[in-house]
Amino acid sequence: MSAIRVPVIEKIFNANDQLAALNRKRLDEAGVFAINLMASPGAGKTTLILNTIRALAPEIRIGVIEGDTAPVTIDADKVLAAGMPAVQINTGGDCHLDATMIEQGLNSLPLPELDLIIIENVGNLICPAAFQLGSHANVLIASVPEGDDKPYKYPNIYRGVQVLVVTKTDLLPYVTFNMDYFRQGVEMLNPGLVTFPLSCKTGDGVMLWTDWVRQQVRQKRGQ
Amino acid sequence: MHELSVTESILNIASRHAEQAEARVVTDIHIVVGKLSSIVDDSVQFYWDLISEGTICAGAKLHFQRVPARLACQDCGTEFQLEAELIPCPHCGSVHIKVLTGEEFWLDSIEITR
Repeated sequence: MSAIRVPVIEKIFNANDQLAALNRKRLDEAGVFAINLMASPGAGKTTLILNTIRALAPEIRIGVIEGDTAPVTIDADKVLAAGMPAVQINTGGDCHLDATMIEQGLNSLPLPELDLIIIENVGNLICPAAFQLGSHANVLIASVPEGDDKPYKYPNIYRGVQVLVVTKTDLLPYVTFNMDYFRQGVEMLNPGLVTFPLSCKTGDGVMLWTDWVRQQVRQKRGQ
Repeated sequence: MHELSVTESILNIASRHAEQAEARVVTDIHIVVGKLSSIVDDSVQFYWDLISEGTICAGAKLHFQRVPARLACQDCGTEFQLEAELIPCPHCGSVHIKVLTGEEFWLDSIEITR
């Protein structure tokens, strides 16, 4: 019997990252643009999805993958009611979606009939940041009432996104939210991050966001 | 937290390498964790004891090598270590900061007996 040290040097998220790359390839081949939408609970993920559907359908055909920790279909039902295919993934208590769950979600959606897939991740600012899904854009929503200190408290999720949407801007006059302090934190973590401040309640700024999504979808189709 | 998924992943990687190396038992597992990775060692250890039972890795000791978060200011070049929350450059106040180390999260090596 002898003790031997075996070098490994393998990233612990390697298996998930590899599966995410396969998901991405599948989406690319189908010409579908995919967004991984992350935020804390109550930031307005489902509301933003419904507003995006309203602005872009039927010109753009949208499918939605809804991640929830409990076997509820509240969010998926809203998307279905808006006339779009939706698949509900119950993570069974897990705090995030991973690439395996997205693979299952893609199996349940009519990919050839879609232009855009929006993945609504589990409401959480920590765990979803670590798991790549294979989407083309990681999008984070920060809602004004959550407070301006979130970039400082949850740096990892801010560092891994391509787009930031600041929602509920209609509440700015009523809550303490120092936009300069918030933006400073974002700038430190993700310099020049594309940011869309908007209010789904008043409609302010929503069009800039939906224009961005439309442009991404057209680019993906054209490839 | 996602420590259960992480621990399952550690078990899969360690078991695969142990089998390739024709190990009889895995005694130690060395993991490199950057300070910016939101991983709680104790929680991983807790799950480890539960899920490694009955595998080639059962009873293996987990060792976490922590890597400090070192940042560099992209304007004045000052390098500094992050102790708590993110701060602008302590020298010039710039917010243009680059992470040098602290994001590591990999399985470095295993110790086995044949």
